[in-house]
Amino acid sequence: MDIRIINEKCTGCTICTKVCPFAALTMHSKKAVIDYDKCSLCGACVDSCKFDAIEIKRSSSRTPNLEEYKGVWVLGEQRRGHVQSVVFELLSKGRELADKLGAELSCVLLGHNIKDTAEHLIHRGADNVIIVDNPKLEHFMDEPYTKALVQLIRKYRPAVFLCGATVVGRSLISRVAVKLHTGLTADCTGLDIDPKEGFLLQTRPAFGGNIMATILSKNHRPQMATVRHKVFKEAVVDTSRKGKVIEEELTSTLLTSRTKLLDIVEEIESTINIAEADIIVSGGRGMKGPENFKILEELAQALGGAVGSSRAAVDAGWMPYSHQVGQTGKTVCPKIYIACGISGQIQHLVGMQSSDIIIAINKDPDAPIFNVATFGVVGDLFEVVPLLTKKFKEVLNK
Amino acid sequence: MNIIVCIKQVPDTTQVKIDPVTNTLIRDGVESIVNPFDAYAVEEAVRLKERYGGKVLALTMGPPQAEAVLREAIGLGCDEGILVSDRAFAGSDTLATGYTLAAAIRKIKIFDIILCGKQASDGDTAQVGPGIATQLDIPQITYVKKIEKIEDNKLIAHRMIEEGFEMIETSLPCLLTVVKEINEPRLPSLKGKMKAKKIEIPAWKAIDLDIDEVQLGLTGSPTWVSKIFTPPPRPKGEIFEGAAEESVNKLVEVLKDRLK
Repeated sequence: MDIRIINEKCTGCTICTKVCPFAALTMHSKKAVIDYDKCSLCGACVDSCKFDAIEIKRSSSRTPNLEEYKGVWVLGEQRRGHVQSVVFELLSKGRELADKLGAELSCVLLGHNIKDTAEHLIHRGADNVIIVDNPKLEHFMDEPYTKALVQLIRKYRPAVFLCGATVVGRSLISRVAVKLHTGLTADCTGLDIDPKEGFLLQTRPAFGGNIMATILSKNHRPQMATVRHKVFKEAVVDTSRKGKVIEEELTSTLLTSRTKLLDIVEEIESTINIAEADIIVSGGRGMKGPENFKILEELAQALGGAVGSSRAAVDAGWMPYSHQVGQTGKTVCPKIYIACGISGQIQHLVGMQSSDIIIAINKDPDAPIFNVATFGVVGDLFEVVPLLTKKFKEVLNK
Repeated sequence: MNIIVCIKQVPDTTQVKIDPVTNTLIRDGVESIVNPFDAYAVEEAVRLKERYGGKVLALTMGPPQAEAVLREAIGLGCDEGILVSDRAFAGSDTLATGYTLAAAIRKIKIFDIILCGKQASDGDTAQVGPGIATQLDIPQITYVKKIEKIEDNKLIAHRMIEEGFEMIETSLPCLLTVVKEINEPRLPSLKGKMKAKKIEIPAWKAIDLDIDEVQLGLTGSPTWVSKIFTPPPRPKGEIFEGAAEESVNKLVEVLKDRLK
């Protein structure tokens, strides 16, 4: 095992036994002892020990010329030429990180006929926009996108690379990180710069959201992280901002692919992507049948939101899977989440509990959903929801 | 058709609780299960075998007790299992895990398709599947919700995207990660259970693989956990009880400013 207690240095102070999140440390004869079956090598004890009595063997490899890596990059994910909103959210956080590092913020844009977008990205905070415009990059495909990004990163050497935790982002960036042999942290909910050493502090939920972990990639560059939709606020548009547009040419032979896109099929039922919605009205088993989701649609429409669902309602065939919120569905983080007839099993909660405001409507006052609710209404949803729609319409039309 | 399905044993995170006094995770008595997403990968592997013939091998990396998930997979129709287990793998992040599993797959040598669940329920990273594909230098299709056909050494799959799906063709060998929508897993058969009980499962250690030791476990992991903490609990909410009309009025009153 890569962790050990140095008995000569251990004073028996017991601090480490208190910080271990896994209860893997106990005291025996006034010395700390590690239970290796429980230890997850998280290192919390190492940082807590004032006597350097716990030693952990960390990565010995290092990105060569590490200090030459500078600046913050954001992947400018586009679909059919449209830059995804998560990019604007990353640009606002990226701007903050770049300022703390005293470095530049760049947005990298891969696609075809996309040059017009560059200026807007500068207005959203980028100092540079690096564009590769090539017909082979028109639609996302793992291999050519990976090769293009790896090439650019090797050339420009950014210290930090951020990307949306979208379907595209998660597939692509996993490949890129392996090619570059660097660290990648998924689904960060907090990003900051260590004031002393300048490392990227990447905070994310672990164990189904039961605990939070801050992760570092000290010896590898770039420090890569993905972030879900709606975690950070969108960067404001400042049309007076100036920046540089850099066009990069890549040879087409580099952009070959063993996968081929045959067709894109849009499904009307999921035109509002729940991961991007500011307001979600969700229904569960308490909806009693597919026909009753109409009242949720009406409420969602009045609020300009989308309709979500618990697993129970999807398994019953009342709603398509693309609407499912929870452990085996989507994780969402809207401003307002309205849970109607959802009891609030932990599998559902892990998918929505970071929403800003949670409203629970349930006739059972003991339903666990009320434990996470910002506001709750105990009552019959078939009575409450239509009333709510009516009232909101009145208030919003004023 | 030779299929490898990669699975992971995870703690049933829905059972994990925090001890309010010590602020540590209570893991005693928490069951270990097959990662929920991997169950769909196992089912799809077995269905492909039924459609195209061939054999399915289940592969996992983990502590010795992770063997249990391989037996479960065999009960569900997989033909054999291989456990990759060594203290040297402990503390692996997604890079080191992908590296180790890719080394095991190189040793298995013969395969057309590798199937993985889209992500594991304990880490939620969705990085290991693409990581294996990259290490092996094979193409991948992630978030697959349907495998349409396999013909002339080509596979066509539907990949779920935010607004619908993409139809993608790939050459074989390839790696696919699957979503829940792809199928409905079956229950183990009696015959399968019998086989699962008896079958011998080889356990490969680091020395059995052609690998570079510095790329394993904690030493091979670029990401380090520097701090672990419990998130602050959500503040207690305001619950309205009583007549529906009254509750709705109160709710709209507190919300109306935040909607604009």
